[in-house]
Amino acid sequence: MLENKVKRVISFLSPTIIPILFIIFWDLAARKIGNNAILPQVTAVAKHFININDNIIGIGTIPKNILYSLVRVFIGYVLAIIVGLPLGLLMGYSRRVKGALNLFISLFQPVPAIAWRPLVLGWFGVMSVATIFNLDYGPTYAIMDNFKLSMIFLIFLSAFFPIWGNTMFGVSNVQEVLVESALVLGASKKDIFFHVLLPGAGPNIMNGLKSGLTAAWSCLVAAEMLPGSMSGLGYLISHAYELARMDVIVAGIICIGVIGALFDGIYSRISNKYFSWQRLVR
Amino acid sequence: MDNIVFKLNNIGKVYNENEKNELVVIKNLNLEIKENEFLCIVGPSGCGKSTLLRILAGLELPTEGEIYYRGKELKKPTKDIGMVFQNYSLMPWLTVEENIALGLKFQNAPKKKQKEIVDEHLEMIGLTKFRNSKPYELSGGMQQRVAIARSLANNPDVLLMDEPFGALDAYTRIQLQKELLRIWEKHKKTIVFITHSVDEAVYLADRIILMSKNKGAIEVDIQVDIPRIRDRANPRYAELNQQLLDALEELNKDE
Repeated sequence: MLENKVKRVISFLSPTIIPILFIIFWDLAARKIGNNAILPQVTAVAKHFININDNIIGIGTIPKNILYSLVRVFIGYVLAIIVGLPLGLLMGYSRRVKGALNLFISLFQPVPAIAWRPLVLGWFGVMSVATIFNLDYGPTYAIMDNFKLSMIFLIFLSAFFPIWGNTMFGVSNVQEVLVESALVLGASKKDIFFHVLLPGAGPNIMNGLKSGLTAAWSCLVAAEMLPGSMSGLGYLISHAYELARMDVIVAGIICIGVIGALFDGIYSRISNKYFSWQRLVR
Repeated sequence: MDNIVFKLNNIGKVYNENEKNELVVIKNLNLEIKENEFLCIVGPSGCGKSTLLRILAGLELPTEGEIYYRGKELKKPTKDIGMVFQNYSLMPWLTVEENIALGLKFQNAPKKKQKEIVDEHLEMIGLTKFRNSKPYELSGGMQQRVAIARSLANNPDVLLMDEPFGALDAYTRIQLQKELLRIWEKHKKTIVFITHSVDEAVYLADRIILMSKNKGAIEVDIQVDIPRIRDRANPRYAELNQQLLDALEELNKDE
């Protein structure tokens, strides 16, 4: 009994041991170096989270910048789902469509989003959600102008490939015997698609959505470093760099890391709940 | 007059035709299968028996000859010709109940009717308690029971079975053979059953066909004249078993 309880406590605490040691080591090192421009002390970073509603380096509070980043990533991510998911489904389903498109799309896959920056700037300039919807100048315009097409495009690109690739892989890898056993039960092509291929690809699609969101979130700094950017965690980091405010940079990194991990955790939870069959099938 | 369910005229099946790796699986095969017949097809691995069954299911088309199902040329799978695969053919994301209802769903049967049929078939295979389980929670034998129930729930005219008990342990296998016979006696479907076990064929079949590796030729075609339920200790049973085993050995010698 007691032994089990101890085991439970240990298994609960064990993931926190290394981060705690890491923080201790970090603080010792920072004190030893004694230069906030090289390595800030833990307290210097922590104070940004304690006084969370302070205006940091003149670009607003941390929550406000997180919100802008979240909205940007959300827009790019949703667009990537709208394009990537149906395209992946279609290409996984039809060998002909895959044959026609696969090479072309794959050519773009290895190109990191950041390589597109010059082109994207040329195309979209400082166009934003505010300018495409022709909003009048005012508070709404000021907010919507934060969502530049160039950033959204980069986020879209990063999220697109994992979503598209995993979906296609999932559909084309559904066991042939499942398709055949549906056919002999009198399934139509539509039935096969909706009742066999789509659910059969479910776990891979889920995986694609998860990797897509992670990718979208990770390219945030690159996207928000584009000219015209005035807010967001990525901008916070790049602007803090110009001011040599390492404490702000570290606070920004922590935010990106924690939120990314949260996304991951949410998706893992959904996967485990609805797609556990995949792990358990031989 | 017996009704002919399947008529195969000079069926041939060649993979990769006119290419370097051309493979002739079946050549000039003629076969008639009668209504309500329990036909077992026995043969060594690679003799084309599975290909033949897939052709009967409409999953593959012969490269030569014609296949007629109830007088009409068979071109694609139909709900009237059910098939039970060797294993792992249940949708892993559906429960037992949903798997059994799958064919009815494809037919757009009313929900109430679906439930009635599913209940009846769950009872038949004795898995009512497991209706909400997922396939991976079941043993291999239970999964095959569900696969059989799924086919039968569709009320097919013919049931094709591709070594459905091949992956099961000996005891479960014998249990399922008995159950299958009980179901067959009740529903009187035409069954084409593939097996590599001579004993299984003699226990189940009205008629046994022996196929050889020689391009899927039918070498032996016999009626089994032992009344059911068959007793494995019956001298006639043992005799037939031996006769078929000898014939198989002869076939393997030829190569």
